[in-house]
Formats: sequence, structure tokens, C-alpha cells
Amino acid sequence: MSQFDISKLPQGGKGFMHDWGSDQRAFKGVPWGKAMMWIFLVSDTFIFSCFLISLMTARASTTVPWPYASEVFALTVFGVEVPLLLIAIMTFVLITSSGTMAIAVKFGYEKRRKLCALFLLFTALGGLAFVGMQAFEWTKLIVEEGIRPWENPYGAHQFGGFFFMITGFHGLHVSIGVIYLSTVAWRVFAGRYERLDDYQIVEVMGLYWHFVDLVWIFIFAFFYLW
Amino acid sequence: MEPNKPFIHPSYYPGETPEAEHPLSLYMSVWILLFVLSAFSYMVDYMNVEGYLRAFLITIFAFLKAGLVVGVFMHMAWERMALIYAITLPPLFLLALVGILSVDGAFVYYIRDLFMSVTAS
Repeated sequence: MSQFDISKLPQGGKGFMHDWGSDQRAFKGVPWGKAMMWIFLVSDTFIFSCFLISLMTARASTTVPWPYASEVFALTVFGVEVPLLLIAIMTFVLITSSGTMAIAVKFGYEKRRKLCALFLLFTALGGLAFVGMQAFEWTKLIVEEGIRPWENPYGAHQFGGFFFMITGFHGLHVSIGVIYLSTVAWRVFAGRYERLDDYQIVEVMGLYWHFVDLVWIFIFAFFYLW
Repeated sequence: MEPNKPFIHPSYYPGETPEAEHPLSLYMSVWILLFVLSAFSYMVDYMNVEGYLRAFLITIFAFLKAGLVVGVFMHMAWERMALIYAITLPPLFLLALVGILSVDGAFVYYIRDLFMSVTAS
């Protein structure tokens, strides 16, 4: 295989024209797994955006007041009602797991097998904690607060449907991510990528995990805080 | 050029992609920055900022966080322009959807309001 120096190609806007104008491959220096993951993430962006934009439409078109998320999701700690406490902790956990993922990718490129596997494990544990807290939140909302997809005691009835749909779909992504992470962590630890001398999979996995964090940022902003 | 060897354009092979060496401190500082920005958006709610200022602050903090995650954690800042444009430009179409549906939402609100005021009397 011929050695090819990507740094010799034109950069910036000229590079964009060059890469897309050449008739072999547009994403130069990008392994196919990474390109495909990015394209998948773009399609997932559209799915989540459609959910959040529908939420916007529902809120704009309802004549009944929308439930005040700050009160619905408040937790009482030592007799004091703290708004959105659980959500704040969940955000903290997910951002932390995103940070450990970024560090795992870095260790992967440095070919430090055990550290890479360890940080992937931390990331998976963070994801697991997140899903656990979400299960707690759902249970509390369904059992104690009486929120259903078709009705709730706080205001506009669409609230429940949007809540379960959006957080449920995100929770599914986190759960799949935890399985994916555990698999990759095990393979890293077992030395599979060391034998291949290629830790690209860790980066591709990382893209997926960071995307899950990214979606949560927007759910936090547009569902819980707005 | 040897006659039996098929010509393949060098750009076909990814070859040795230059992996940018990022110090651990870069990830740590982005991590801390994400916490700070999350704390800010939480404070918007905690301090009961209302109206357009609330919407503006929440959106700004969300997009700043998203920029940090995509740019640094997902290494987008070090990708070539061909990939950056392919990934970041298509979602801009969503702005059209936001525009169309906010007009539609306002219209449905108007109709519902009108209908209910008619049926109530």
C-alpha cells in the first residue's frame, strides 16, 4: 500500500472543493467506519430534532397551560424542594461519562490497552447509572405523580406523551450505548485491537457516545428548562 | 510505472492519518467548561429567569455545550472541511422546519382559541 501524506492536500475551503471534486473518495483520511457513524448520527439528529420540533409545535398550539417542568421534576431532599435535582445529577453523570469516553479514545490512540479499557468501563458505568436514575424518574412520575401519555394532573395532556417518547428514545440510545461500550471495553481489554494495531473502533464508539450526551444537552435545554 | 500494477490514486488509501496529539488537560478543561455551562443553564431555572431572556440563555448555553462536545470530544475541529460540511450543513434544513411549524403552531392556537370562545358562549 502506497504511503499517502494527507497534509499535502489543499486545506480549508479549497480542500472541500478538492475532496468532493475528486472521483474516488470524498472523506480523505477518514476510515469508512467513522464516516458511516457520522452519517448515522446525522440521521439520528433528524429523528431527535423532529421530536423536539413537534414538542415546540405542541406547546405553541395548545391553549391549555403547559406543565411547569421545574415543579414536576422537583425532588424533596431533607424537607426542601429542589427543582430538577435528579435531572441535574443525570446531566452531571452523562457529561462525566462523555469526558471519560474522550480520555478512553486518547488512551486508545496511545495504545495504552488497560487504561483505555478502564476508561471505557467508567463510561459504561456512567451510562448504567444514568439509565438507573431514569428508571427511578419514570417510576416516580408514573406511580406517584400519575403522569400518563394521555393525561396528567399538571396541565396540557400532550406533556406525558412527549416526555415518555423523548426521554424513552434517548434512554434506549443510552442503553444500547452501554451494551456497545461493554463489548468494546471487553475487546480492548482482551487485546483484540492491540493485535490489529488499530484502535479506530474506540473512536467510532466514542462518536456514538458523545452524540448521546449531545442529545441530552438539547433535551435538558428544550424539554426540562424551556 | 510497472505495467502489471494497477494505478490507484494515492488519495484512495487513508494511509497514516496524522492523529493529533491532545494533552489530557484539553479534555479536562472542556469537561470542566461543560460543567460550568450546565450549572449556568441550571441557574437560569433556579433563579426563575423568565420570558425571552430565559429562552435566549438556555439556547445559547445548549449550543455552546454542543459546540464543545462536537468540536473537541468528537474531534470535529481537526477533521477536513469535506466531512465538516457534510455533517454540519444538512441539519440547517431543520431551521426551515422550525420556521414552518412555529407559524403553523400559532395558527392552530388561534383556531382553537376562536373555536373554544365560540362554543363556550
